[in-house]
Amino acid sequence: MHIHPLERRWIYVVLAVIGIFLLAIFYTAIARNIHPPSHIETIDSASLHLSEEFAEDKLGVWTQPDGTIKVTLVAARYGFYPREIQLPAGTQVTFRIASADVLHGIHIPMTNMGTMVVPGYVSEITTTFPKPGEYPMLCNEYCGLGHDHMWSKVTVVAKESWPAAPNAQPVRR
Amino acid sequence: MLAIEIRKLALSHFAVAFGAFALAAVMGFYQVLERSDLIPALQSPGVYFASVSTHGVLMAYVLTTFFIMGFGYVTAVSSLKMPLWNLKWAWIGFWISTVGTGLAALPLLLGRASVLYTFYPPVQAHALFYIGATLLVVGSWFWCVIMIAMHRQWKEAHPGEPVPLPMFATTANAILWLWTSAGVAAEVLFQLVPWSLGLKDTVDAGLARTLFAWTLHPIVYFWLIPAYIALYSFVPKAAGGKLFSHELGRAAFVMLLVLSLPIGFHHLYMDPEQSAGFKLSHGALTFLVAVPTLLTAFTVTASLEMAGRSKGGTGLFGWIGALPWRNSMVLAGILAAAMLVLGGFGGLVNASYAMNAMVHNTAWVAGHFHLIFGGTTIIMYMATAYYLWPHVTGKPLGSSTLPLVQLWSWFWGFVILTTAWHILGLLGQPRRISTVTYNSPLTFAWDPYILTMVVGGTVLTFSAGLFVYILAKSYRQPETAPIQADEIEYAESLDPVTRVHPLLNGFRVWNIAIAVLMLVNFGYPIAQFFLIKTFGSVAWGY
Ligand code: HEM
Ligand SMILES: [Cu+2]
Ligand SMILES: [Cu+2]
Repeated sequence: MHIHPLERRWIYVVLAVIGIFLLAIFYTAIARNIHPPSHIETIDSASLHLSEEFAEDKLGVWTQPDGTIKVTLVAARYGFYPREIQLPAGTQVTFRIASADVLHGIHIPMTNMGTMVVPGYVSEITTTFPKPGEYPMLCNEYCGLGHDHMWSKVTVVAKESWPAAPNAQPVRR
Repeated sequence: MLAIEIRKLALSHFAVAFGAFALAAVMGFYQVLERSDLIPALQSPGVYFASVSTHGVLMAYVLTTFFIMGFGYVTAVSSLKMPLWNLKWAWIGFWISTVGTGLAALPLLLGRASVLYTFYPPVQAHALFYIGATLLVVGSWFWCVIMIAMHRQWKEAHPGEPVPLPMFATTANAILWLWTSAGVAAEVLFQLVPWSLGLKDTVDAGLARTLFAWTLHPIVYFWLIPAYIALYSFVPKAAGGKLFSHELGRAAFVMLLVLSLPIGFHHLYMDPEQSAGFKLSHGALTFLVAVPTLLTAFTVTASLEMAGRSKGGTGLFGWIGALPWRNSMVLAGILAAAMLVLGGFGGLVNASYAMNAMVHNTAWVAGHFHLIFGGTTIIMYMATAYYLWPHVTGKPLGSSTLPLVQLWSWFWGFVILTTAWHILGLLGQPRRISTVTYNSPLTFAWDPYILTMVVGGTVLTFSAGLFVYILAKSYRQPETAPIQADEIEYAESLDPVTRVHPLLNGFRVWNIAIAVLMLVNFGYPIAQFFLIKTFGSVAWGY
């Protein structure tokens, strides 16, 4: 194979650039432990109402004994239930979400809270909201003709005004 | 001059491709208008999602597949200088694909298949949609077989000689398409068709998404490779130069074939049904597939630079001005490269294992693929159509200025449209919405970009209309003036093409490499659905 000296130099440049990208990605993944939501856990989407975790009275915001927050949500056409939730800023929040019907996606714009919600599977994602404010939590995967209307509201409040004690019932606001 | 039966064959394929394109472009215009909420009477999610589904299917599957098949037949006979092997099969393939397109179009246009071009279950379309789409693909397999057979026959007749680069690349694409379409074919045949006919009650949405991801990445290279063929074989020639290196070109096509297949999980980064380890493995290989594109950028730029310098261009950038910008092939090549640079940058963001979360399923994504696919890829299809048109119709192109206006407006339309979409995406606007209902101050920031989107869409629709007009007008002129060039000419290589390494002249070893990589990256991720207890989903309307 004939490789022109200029080509050879370009190939080195390309490999170096790609190498730097790959290093950055493996560094964030392995050293900083940043991964996309990848939680293989199955659930029967047809009987969420009977499940331990996603029955209607179990949905909402739970303060855990260690002070972190767990949020259980059901995605169903056309909303994320409960429709309104409140969360503290600067606190680790783990969302667990199941779909009751079709494919959905959940995203809180301007934050890194996002995951697909696939029927038959539980999605789990952990994040921290740095800034208080009102955020829309919207569906970002086509799920039917009402897709445009599928959104719920998240209010992030200052950490100080959030009760630290664990709760026996989910908080819905 | 191409033989009359090849002209007819190619022209039939191009007619379906560009007819579908024209219809889809009008729908694109309706979509930007509907989404802008400027005309309240237009508001209708029912019509909108029927339209986006049809627009996506026509642009992504019909325009591309038919153009690629027609171009492939022309490339095979003109670069190998041998008659088409099995004209009958070519026509059978054409008709199967055409009937499939018609069958799928019926439910699409009637709003009975508003499932978008990705048709993710458990939202269910009319069975005819899945069957029609399958036939479209099955017809294209005839093309694949013919390309592979002609490649082999030529090699047998010319032992030890290198297969001409355009045919080598076309064969790579045929093999790529066979591998690529296997994923979606399995999804449709084993899951969606039986389920939509009521033979199966449920479908596993996670498995379906995994099989679709098998197809979803390499399919974009199936679309892109013909554009690269034009960049390697037509653009340097049109600029009055030679191809800098055909060997690196061959290496690039081999890499595109091998590396684009085992990386589909970058479409599933945000999905719960696959694990982080496999996503990372697909993600790492995704970055490697940038290598052949960067090699292509080098070779094409170097070829153009030599052409520019031979025309008297001097200095670091002077050669760019010396290029024949009024040649439609050269112009398209330059504009395609410009869009590829912009879109490639966005692609790096999408491909990033962690950064993807910011832009996933936002308008950024629609911006990204309109730029690279609608822009880079389709602008090269357009220039190729202008170049081939006299050869397949036997009549000269009606005008030499109008194509330039058309190509420039295609470029600017996409720059405007996709800049707006990229920004909207960063501002959090999701893709695939027909209107904005979120009651949040955030959406005020979207308004100016939504208007920009309408401007871009309008320019593009004008350009699409002009494209079809130029071709139709040229075709319909009376048969008088003789056409200038009677041979389709491919760029020669700077150093003579006498021998190449067998690895760069055939695909046996590469097929084995693909099989191994696919087994590693897809074997367990598919098998897991049969190893763990999963729950299928019943069908849902929309
Ligand atoms: C006249 C020029 C065009 C206009 C105005 C236009 C406009 C649009 C719009 C508004 C959407 C909906 C985007 C969303 O909400 O996610 C869309 C989707 C789409 N467009 Fe275009 N488009 C044009 C040309 C093209 C071309 C040339 C291609 C590729 C060859 C293309 C491929 C697609 C595909 C595949 C989708 C489906 C996206 C999805 O389902 O999410 N479009 N287009
Ligand atoms: Cu939705
Ligand atoms: Cu991809």
